[in-house]
Amino acid sequence: MQAQLERGVQGNPGASGRRQVAVPAGVVLRLLVRNHPGVMSHICGLFARRAFNVEGIVCLPADDVAGGARSVVLLLVNKDQRLEQLVRQLAKLEDVLEIGHDAGGNAAFTAVAGCL
Amino acid sequence: MKLTGAQLITQLLERQGITVVAGIPGGANLPLYDALRDSDIRHVLARHEQGAGFIAQGMARVTGRPAVCLGTSGPGATNLLTAIADAKLDSVPLVAITGQVPRAMIGTDAFQEIDTYGLTLPITKHNYLVRSAAELLEVIPEAFRIAASGRPGPVVIDVPKDVQNEFVTFERWPEPGRAEPQRQPADEDIARVAALLGEARRPLCLIGGGVIAAGAATQVELLAQKTSLPVASTLLGLGAMPHDHPLFLGMIGMHAARATNLPLEECDLLLALGVRFDDRATGKVAQFCPQARIVHIDVDASELGKIKQPMLGIEADVAAALAALLPQLRPRPRREWIAEVAALRAAYPLAMPGSECPCEPYGAIRQSAACLGNDVVVASDVGQHQMWAAQAFPFSWPRQWLTSGGLGTMGFGLPAAIGAALAMPERTVVCFSGDGSLLMNIQELATAAEEGVNVKVVLLNNAHLGLVRQQQQLFYGGRYHASRFHAEPDFAAIARGFGVSACDLGAVAEPLAVLHRALQEPGPGLVNVPIAHDANVYPMVPPGAANREMIEGASHASAA
Ligand SMILES: Cc1ncc(C[n+]2csc(CCOP(=O)(O)OP(=O)(O)O)c2C)c(N)n1
Repeated sequence: MQAQLERGVQGNPGASGRRQVAVPAGVVLRLLVRNHPGVMSHICGLFARRAFNVEGIVCLPADDVAGGARSVVLLLVNKDQRLEQLVRQLAKLEDVLEIGHDAGGNAAFTAVAGCL
Repeated sequence: MKLTGAQLITQLLERQGITVVAGIPGGANLPLYDALRDSDIRHVLARHEQGAGFIAQGMARVTGRPAVCLGTSGPGATNLLTAIADAKLDSVPLVAITGQVPRAMIGTDAFQEIDTYGLTLPITKHNYLVRSAAELLEVIPEAFRIAASGRPGPVVIDVPKDVQNEFVTFERWPEPGRAEPQRQPADEDIARVAALLGEARRPLCLIGGGVIAAGAATQVELLAQKTSLPVASTLLGLGAMPHDHPLFLGMIGMHAARATNLPLEECDLLLALGVRFDDRATGKVAQFCPQARIVHIDVDASELGKIKQPMLGIEADVAAALAALLPQLRPRPRREWIAEVAALRAAYPLAMPGSECPCEPYGAIRQSAACLGNDVVVASDVGQHQMWAAQAFPFSWPRQWLTSGGLGTMGFGLPAAIGAALAMPERTVVCFSGDGSLLMNIQELATAAEEGVNVKVVLLNNAHLGLVRQQQQLFYGGRYHASRFHAEPDFAAIARGFGVSACDLGAVAEPLAVLHRALQEPGPGLVNVPIAHDANVYPMVPPGAANREMIEGASHASAA
């Protein structure tokens, strides 16, 4: 654990002095979800039990609705043949209101990577 | 209006048309039980929450409408889990309402606190932890809508005790939750199906539980008739086509007749309706229907291409799809293909040795069927007896057959039969069970006696976990272990002890007459049928093998 941490700290400081995290190329899914304490378990639980991997998650309140009733979740996933099945399974979750590919591509994840 | 959360729940259930619920009370749902006392809803007191869950499933499976079970927090909720998971895998609309510790105590490991929300997350269509009484106004109708819409399934509503006691003031009742309009197929997809069916020389239709859920059984029959399309069924599709329809081939899969599995090898088009290509049905998937183009129609888009890539996958309600398809089809005689299928059926019929004798597996089922007639509802447990019943019972209408297909839960039969009898008091319900399975929920005999339901348990008693013994014999070199019951309970005496009338065909001179009398007596009853300890279900496809590799027993050798 300690060794891992040290390696992490040493690895590749970028221009800002922070570590540069390589953001894997993949597909970014954009979900609009109902915001409540259980919603992330629904999403992450689905990934776990269908043995899909998520490379990155960004979740923030959706700005289009007052009161924070909805959130946006960006999921960075590998582009493989199971992607379609994954999207269909996600679409079945009651808390997932909309699902689509994010037009911004990897940008959100690259930005987050700069903060890690 | 000003009501407590508990009163709100009972009145919202009444507004959903719920007249019977099954459950067990405990500390965390006592406010709800207090409110139920003042309600017209009849409460059936199960003897184990799993029993309550399966009683509700029995009601839901036989009617197609959501049914409700109740449990308290902690052990009440964990005992419900198996029945909920079973409903998920077989797409049964179930609403389970559990008590939870008061909100302020959640997360403190309070007495009988368990994370019901977390536990039920992977085994429900959706679940709720209700955080205020006001939320119930939305949650209850929504739960019924979700349970009944699209592909049906279970919903859990976990309600903290203080939410049940909390007062809420509101202006208007919400509309009851109803199934959403079903998904319609696209015109061009239906036109393509029509074209594919027109081109096909050896088409075959495979129907599953989705056909029954969609209420599309009559349309399947019309389709078969119009285009000379032989129809095979999965375990859960049985009943959608009458057993004696000339185009009906019976059940496919691990324990299918050769005459059912072999045409699948030959077909050039498979029209798969409301099925999910379960491995017990397909055998080795890569070799399932090796020559066929597949058209797959299902309400659940995630089933299309999940196991088997169809040439054409259509996300639609099967009934809606067939309604659009039928007018586009021209009658086709397909004489060659029909003759080929008929030849296979003549050459490899299902052998049912002992059909005449009520003390043989097939005989117990066939003779019960002969005595009970067409109107009977049939439930089963899980094991050899389930497969014998699936093979041999002459099913004639959708929702006649209640069995745990996906989860394969021993203990399903008796409580599901009770639920079916509660929902359809005018019918008799027969439950084919095994001595292993029956012991898993035998306490529900007390419920059956208390409710006086018309449930007949026909117990195929082989003093074994028979299907396990069979697998050990066939695939583990006869190294039997933990599949023999050395203590053999007197099931007739046990049933009588519960207040259920009982007889033992092993102890009487005229077993057929005794069986008939027992089945015709009103009220709950049990018939113990001692059968050979080493009887096997044949044919059998070894797990993981292709469906053409069927093992036959000695008694089948002459037929093959
Ligand atoms: C709850 C549960 N536990 C274990 C199994 C595994 N299993 C499948 S069939 C079977 C034997 C069933 O025995 P019995 O009910 O006596 O029926 P038989 O096969 O003898 O007809 C077992 C143990 C199961 N399906 N369900």
